[in-house]
Amino acid sequence: MTSGMQIIAALLVPLIGAIGIALVGRKSPNLREAVTFITAIALLVIVWTMLPGLFAGERPEITLTELLPGLSIKFQVEPLGMMFAALASLLWIVNSIYSLGYMRGNKEQHQTRFYVLFAVALSAVMGIAFAGNLLTLFIFYEILTLSTYPLVAHKGDGKTVASARVYMGILLATSIGLFLPAIIWTYMATGTLDFVPGGILEGHVAGPAVGLLLVLFVFGVGKAALMPVHRWLPAAMVAPTPVSALLHAVAVVKAGVFTITKIIIYIFGVDFLAVEPSTDWLLYAAIFTVIAASIVALRQTNLKRLLAYSTIAQLSYIIMAAALLTPMAEIGASLHIVAHAFGKITLFFAAGCIYVASKKTEIAQLAGIGRRMPWTMAAFTIGALSMIGVPPTAGFVSKWYILGGAFQADSYIVIATLVLSTVLNAAYFLPILYIAWFRNDETTPANNHGEAPKAMVIAVTITAALTLLFMAFNQPVLDLESQLVGITR
Amino acid sequence: MEILGLYNYWAYVAVLMIGFYAVIAKSNLIKKLIGLSIFQSAVFLLYITMGKVDGGTAPIIQAGVSDQIFSNPLPQVLILTAIVVGVSTLALGLAIVVRIKESYGTIEEDQIHLLDHKS
Amino acid sequence: MSIYQHLPALQVVVPMLIAPLVVLMRGRGLAWAMATATSMMAFIIAVSLTNIVLETGAVSYAMGSWQAPYGIELRVTAFSALLLLIVTAASTITLLFGKQSIDSQLEEHRQPMFYAAWLLVLAGLVGIVVAGDAFNIFVFMEVSSLASYILIAAGPNRKAMPSVFKYLIMGTIGATFYLIGVGLIYMMTGTLNLADMEVRLQEVQDIKPIIVAAGFITVGLALKAAVFPLHVWLPNSYTYAPHMVTAFFAACATKVSLFVLLRFEFLVFHQNLVEHVGHFSTFLIPLAVIGILLASGVALFESHLKRLLAYSSIAQVGYILLGASMATASGLTAGIIHMFNHALAKGALFFAIACLATQVSSLRLENLGGVARKMPWTMAAFVIGGLSLVGIPGTAGFISKWLLISAVLEKGTLGIFLVVAVLVSSLMAAVYFWRIVEVAYFGDAPKQSAELHEAPKWMLLGTWFVALANIYYGLNPSLPLLLSNQAAASLLGQLP
Repeated sequence: MTSGMQIIAALLVPLIGAIGIALVGRKSPNLREAVTFITAIALLVIVWTMLPGLFAGERPEITLTELLPGLSIKFQVEPLGMMFAALASLLWIVNSIYSLGYMRGNKEQHQTRFYVLFAVALSAVMGIAFAGNLLTLFIFYEILTLSTYPLVAHKGDGKTVASARVYMGILLATSIGLFLPAIIWTYMATGTLDFVPGGILEGHVAGPAVGLLLVLFVFGVGKAALMPVHRWLPAAMVAPTPVSALLHAVAVVKAGVFTITKIIIYIFGVDFLAVEPSTDWLLYAAIFTVIAASIVALRQTNLKRLLAYSTIAQLSYIIMAAALLTPMAEIGASLHIVAHAFGKITLFFAAGCIYVASKKTEIAQLAGIGRRMPWTMAAFTIGALSMIGVPPTAGFVSKWYILGGAFQADSYIVIATLVLSTVLNAAYFLPILYIAWFRNDETTPANNHGEAPKAMVIAVTITAALTLLFMAFNQPVLDLESQLVGITR
Repeated sequence: MEILGLYNYWAYVAVLMIGFYAVIAKSNLIKKLIGLSIFQSAVFLLYITMGKVDGGTAPIIQAGVSDQIFSNPLPQVLILTAIVVGVSTLALGLAIVVRIKESYGTIEEDQIHLLDHKS
Repeated sequence: MSIYQHLPALQVVVPMLIAPLVVLMRGRGLAWAMATATSMMAFIIAVSLTNIVLETGAVSYAMGSWQAPYGIELRVTAFSALLLLIVTAASTITLLFGKQSIDSQLEEHRQPMFYAAWLLVLAGLVGIVVAGDAFNIFVFMEVSSLASYILIAAGPNRKAMPSVFKYLIMGTIGATFYLIGVGLIYMMTGTLNLADMEVRLQEVQDIKPIIVAAGFITVGLALKAAVFPLHVWLPNSYTYAPHMVTAFFAACATKVSLFVLLRFEFLVFHQNLVEHVGHFSTFLIPLAVIGILLASGVALFESHLKRLLAYSSIAQVGYILLGASMATASGLTAGIIHMFNHALAKGALFFAIACLATQVSSLRLENLGGVARKMPWTMAAFVIGGLSLVGIPGTAGFISKWLLISAVLEKGTLGIFLVVAVLVSSLMAAVYFWRIVEVAYFGDAPKQSAELHEAPKWMLLGTWFVALANIYYGLNPSLPLLLSNQAAASLLGQLP
C-alpha cells in the first residue's frame, strides 16, 4: 500500500466502520462494539505504520479532486499532523473500551447513533490531521463540528439541546464568520492555500493587515477556545463523558490548537510573524486566557466544568508556546498537545467513572471517594499532577520545553505566567485530591457504591499509565517534532 | 408643438396609469382585472402608434402602384400576439376569481384577508 | 440535415406539442407517464445540446430557415445550456419521483390537465432560454407564467387562490413592463433580435428612450424574478402550491427571469449605454443586500416550513444578483453558478418537505417535533440540503459562497461590507435552518406521531438523489463551473 493510499484509508476506515456499526447496531450491541474495536484497531495500524516513513523524512501526499481551479482537496502528512493522528487513533481505542463501560453502565439511549457519529468524528479528525491545504482542513473542521453536535446533544432534553446550540452556534459562527473570510483573503493575496514550510504570506500581506488576518484566523478557529470564544467548551460538558473525554480533551480542542499551530508555522511562517509587530497580541491574548481561565476554574464546584476551564487554560498554553516563535517553544507546544491529551483524558475518564458508579458530579460530594474507588482516584491524581506539571508525569516534560522556549525568547512575562498558572493549577486541583483522599466519607448507605465498571477502570488505568510513561518515553515525539523545527528554523 | 404632437403617447401614458391605478387601488378582484386589461391595452396603443408612418396605409401591395407609403406592419402583428396573451390572462384571472367566489363567498380582497386570518 | 441540428427547436416543440395530448390521457397514471417521458426527453435534448455547446460553442438555429434578424432565431449558449439543464432536470426529477405526492394532493380526474399545464410551463421556460429575440421571450414568458398560475392554483388549500391571483396580477404587470421596454427599443432600432439589437443600438443617437426601456425591462423582469422589494407574490404562491410544483419552481422559475435580465443588461445595454454598469450596480447592489438580509430575517421568525424556505429563496435571488451586479467575470460566474447550486439545495429541501407532507398533517414548525425519529432518511436529506444552503464546505452551496466572497472582495472597501452582509446572512440561514433541525430531532413528539412512518420509498429515492447531487457538485463542480465561466465570459463580450 502506498503512503498516499494509506492517508485515504485512514479517512475511509472510520467511515466504513460507521456504516458497519449502523448496520449491525440494531441487531446486536456486542457485534456493534466489536465492529467499533476492529475499526479502531485497523485505524491505529494504518496510522502507526506511516510513522517509520515519516521518521525517515518522507512526506507522502495525495490530491483527490480539484474543487476550483488551483484549489484542490489535498492531503499531506507532516510531523505535526502525524503526531495528532497517531494520538487520536491511539486514544480512540482506549476511549472505546471506556465507552463500552460507560454507555452500558449508564444505560444510555441511542447507543448506535453514538458509536456511528464517534467514528465519523474520528474520520474528520484524520482529515484535519492530514490536510494538505487550508481548504481541506476547513472542510474537515466543519464536518467535525457537525458530527459532534449530535454527540453533545446526546441526552436530548431541553437543557442539553440548549447547550449544544451554544456549542454549534459558536463554532459555526466563528468558522463561517471569521475563518472562512480569512482563508479567502489568504487565497486572494497569495493564490495558494497549501501548507508550505516557512509560510506563504510573506511578501503578500504587510503591516497591520497581518495582525488583522491573524485575528480572523485565531478567533475563527473557535475550537482552540481562546477567550472570548471559549464559551462552547463548558457548554459542551453536557455531553456523555466519553465524548467530553475524547472529543473535548483530545480531538476537537486539539484540532483547534493544531490548526492554529499549523497556520502559524505553515501559513504565516515563524520568521515572518517574528518580524511583524502587529501580531504580538496573540501572545498576550493567550497569556490572558491562561490566567483568566485558571481563575474561573478556581471558582467551579462542578467537576466537569472545572475540567473544562482547566482545558481552556491548557489550550492557551499551547497557543502561547506556539506564539513564542522559538524552536524549543514550538517543540514544547507540540509536546503539550500530547501531554495534555493524556492527562486530561485521564481526568475526564475518572470523572465519568465517578458519575457512573455514584452519580456524583459536584466536587463537594467527593469526600472520601478515594477509598471507595482507589483505582479511579489514583488515576485522577496522576492526571491532576500532570496538569500541574509535577514530575514524573507528562505535563512536566512539555512545561520544561515551553519554559526553555521562554528563556530562549527572553520572554519574562511568559515565565511569570507559567509560574503563576502552576500555582493556580495546584490551587484548584490539590483541594480535590485532599477532599477525595483525606476527608471523611459522607455517602449515605443508600448510595453505597464501589469501583466503576471494569472496562472503565481498565481504560482509565491505561491512560494514567500513558501519562506516566510519557515522561520517560517521549523521545519519538521529540524526534518527530525536531523535524518540524528543523524546517521552520 | 413637439409636446402636443406626441399626443398619442400622452394618451398611452394616461391609459396606462388609469389601468395601473385600478389594479392597485380597487379591492374588488373583478375591478382589478378590468384595470389590468386597461393597463395592457395601453401597451397595445404604444405599439400601434410606433408602427404608424405619416400618410401610410395598410401594407398591401397592389399591382401597378409602387410609390405607396406603408405603415410598419410588424408592431401590429406583435400586438396581435400580445392581445391573445392578454385575453388568456384575463380568462384565467376570471376563472380564478370564480374559484375564489366559490370557496370564500366573496371577491373583495379585504374580506378574503379577514377570512384567511380567521382560519 | 441530421436531427442534431434541430435540437434547439425540438427542445421547445416536444413538450409544447405533447401537452395537449396529455389532456386526453385518462386514468391510471397515463398522463403522468406521458408527461414524465416527455420531460425526460427534454432533459436528454438539453444534455445533448450542452455537449454540442461545449464542443463547438454557441448554437444558432434559424426557425423555418428564415435567417436572423428577420426570421426567428433560437440561440443556445453556455449560459442557456446551464439553464436548460437546471430546468429540464428539475422538471424530470420532480415528475419522476413525485407521483405519490401529486396523487395525494390532486384528484385523479384533474391530473391530465395538471400535467398538461406542467408541460406548458416546461415548454415556456425552455422557450425563454433558447429564444434569441425579445418578443419571443415575452411570449414564452407568458406561456410559462399562465401555465404556472394553473399549477399553483392546483394546491389543495383554498388560500392558494388569492395567492395565485396576486401572482397573476404582479406577473402580468411585470410582463407588460417588459413589453413596454421592448417596444421602446424596437422603436429606436427596428429590430427584436437580441444580437442585432446590440449592433444597431450603437448607431442610435437619442439614447433617452433606451434608458427608459432599460428601466422598464429591469423592473419588469425583477418582478418576475422576485427581486426584493418586488417579491411579495412569491412566499404565498410557494407555500400553497402543491409540494412538487414548489420544488420545481423553487429550482428554476425565478432563475429563468434572472437569465433574461442578465442577457439584456450585459448583451444589449452594457456596451451601448454610457455608465450603464455604474447605474446597474448602484441600483442593484443595495437591493440585493437588503433583500438578502431582510428575507433571511423574516425567515428567522417564520414557522411554516414552506414559507420559511420561500423567504430563503428570495434571499438567494439576492445572492445571484449580488454576484451579477459586480459586473466582473468572477462576480458573474459566482452568480450564475449559484443559480445551479441553489437549484440543487432548494430542490433537495422542498423534496424532503414533500416527503414530510405525505405523513404529517401540517408543515408548521410546532407540528414537527421529533419527526426525525420516525422519518430519519427524510430528515437526513433535509439536513444535507440545509447544509448546502448555509454553505458548509463539501456541499454545492459552499462553492458558490466561496466564489461570491472572492468576487465581492475584489471591490475593496465596499467589498468588505458586502462580505459582512453575505456572512451575516449565512449565519442567519444557519440559525433558521437549525431551528428546524432542533425541533425535528429533539422536539417533543406531537400526538399523532405514533402513526408516522417513513415517506414512500420512491420519493425518498428522489430526495436522496438530489441531496447527493449537492455533495457531488460540492466536491466536483467542474461542469457547472465550466458552463458559468463561459457564460460570464460571453456576457462580458470576452468570447466570440
